[in-house]
Amino acid sequence: MSSDLFWILISAMLVNNFTLHLFLGLCPFMGVSAKIATALRMGAANIFVLTITSLVASFLNAYVLPFAPYLRLISFIVVIASLVQIVEMTIKKVSPTLFRELGIYLPLITTNCAILGLAIFQTNRGYGFLEGLAFALGAGLGLTLALVLMASIRERAELADIPALAKGMGLVLIIAGSLSLAFMGFAGLSTP
Amino acid sequence: MTGTENAAELVRHAPGAHEDGAALLPGGTTTSTQDFLRGVWEENPVLVQMLGLCPALAVTNTVANSLAMGLATFFVLTGSSLLVSTFKNLIPKEVRIASFILIIATFVTIADMTLAAVVPDIHKALGAFIALIVVNCMILGRQEAFASKRPIGRALLDAVGTGFGFIIAMVMMGSIRELLGNGSLLGYSVFGPSFEPWIIMILPPGGFLTLGIILLAFGWGRGRKAAEVPRVRRWPHGVASRRAA
Repeated sequence: MSSDLFWILISAMLVNNFTLHLFLGLCPFMGVSAKIATALRMGAANIFVLTITSLVASFLNAYVLPFAPYLRLISFIVVIASLVQIVEMTIKKVSPTLFRELGIYLPLITTNCAILGLAIFQTNRGYGFLEGLAFALGAGLGLTLALVLMASIRERAELADIPALAKGMGLVLIIAGSLSLAFMGFAGLSTP
Repeated sequence: MTGTENAAELVRHAPGAHEDGAALLPGGTTTSTQDFLRGVWEENPVLVQMLGLCPALAVTNTVANSLAMGLATFFVLTGSSLLVSTFKNLIPKEVRIASFILIIATFVTIADMTLAAVVPDIHKALGAFIALIVVNCMILGRQEAFASKRPIGRALLDAVGTGFGFIIAMVMMGSIRELLGNGSLLGYSVFGPSFEPWIIMILPPGGFLTLGIILLAFGWGRGRKAAEVPRVRRWPHGVASRRAA
């Protein structure tokens, strides 16, 4: 059982990395990956919201959605968005330091497809409460890893002598392609 | 909109609040042709504004999938813009984003169920990405930046134009990836049996690489055009000068 949970975590983090393999959460991946420090904070905020989302999705799946399956999408998005809002207000009240660190990223994350994607994948695969938590943690760590890797490469690229033509999003996408290629190597893990 | 380290900057840029809007809308007056054409090419959601990238990279490994995704997104965008523009005076300002998302989610549920009933194979291939149309920032961006402030007709034209631009980008990506990765188009073999397919193109890295190379090619083309500007007759509305800048 515990090895199952560990495998779910590793699989979500490396083999099926949310950003590089499933293309979820690309907006922050492109937008806030210019500096390592910001990338780390964004990653931390992501792990936090993903975990909460997983809890909420488990609850909805167990107690609400059996009665109204056609409301799945609408209830997920509404509940997640309002919950993130509440969490944001609570953090602001309880720990202003943490709010300054994460604050601006929290509302951005709500419309991040990784969050809704996590809830939907978790439902489609029939994960329970604990499996969902492992999945969310793995997905969050994977996103953070991808963000930090990307930020590190971009910080180096700032100093490199790149032709003016290649500067900008085209280059970022090609770097992402190479990272994604490298992460495909982890696919070998899936047949132990 | 590259290299925005500041998240506040990102918010201002990402949901359709693009800097070009001001240049094209002097005092909010444009012709209906411009409302339509702007989204198709000049401000193409995927290729220029870099919005809605998740579906553009995830499901474009075949032309059929790209087309189905493009049409579903087109339907959701047009329906949402129509409804948002109709009810713009009834929606309170404080909860407008939540209301937009509810409207969008309703249309996505309709699209999801329709695709499942009409083309079950494609619905299965697209998987969770149909549901993820809800969080496509392009759709929310159009509601926030355009449909909620304009009359119904113009909102509809803008949605049709943007949706059409999205379909063009999707089919472009899908054709390149299927042609190189599988040697076929829409399932029909193009290069014959002796062609060795570039498997990588239909795998996830192929999505990043294809879009990256398309953007580089566009940047190259823009660079050449900018160099020619003095000789080209300037467009009205400052299009050419904007390109040069």
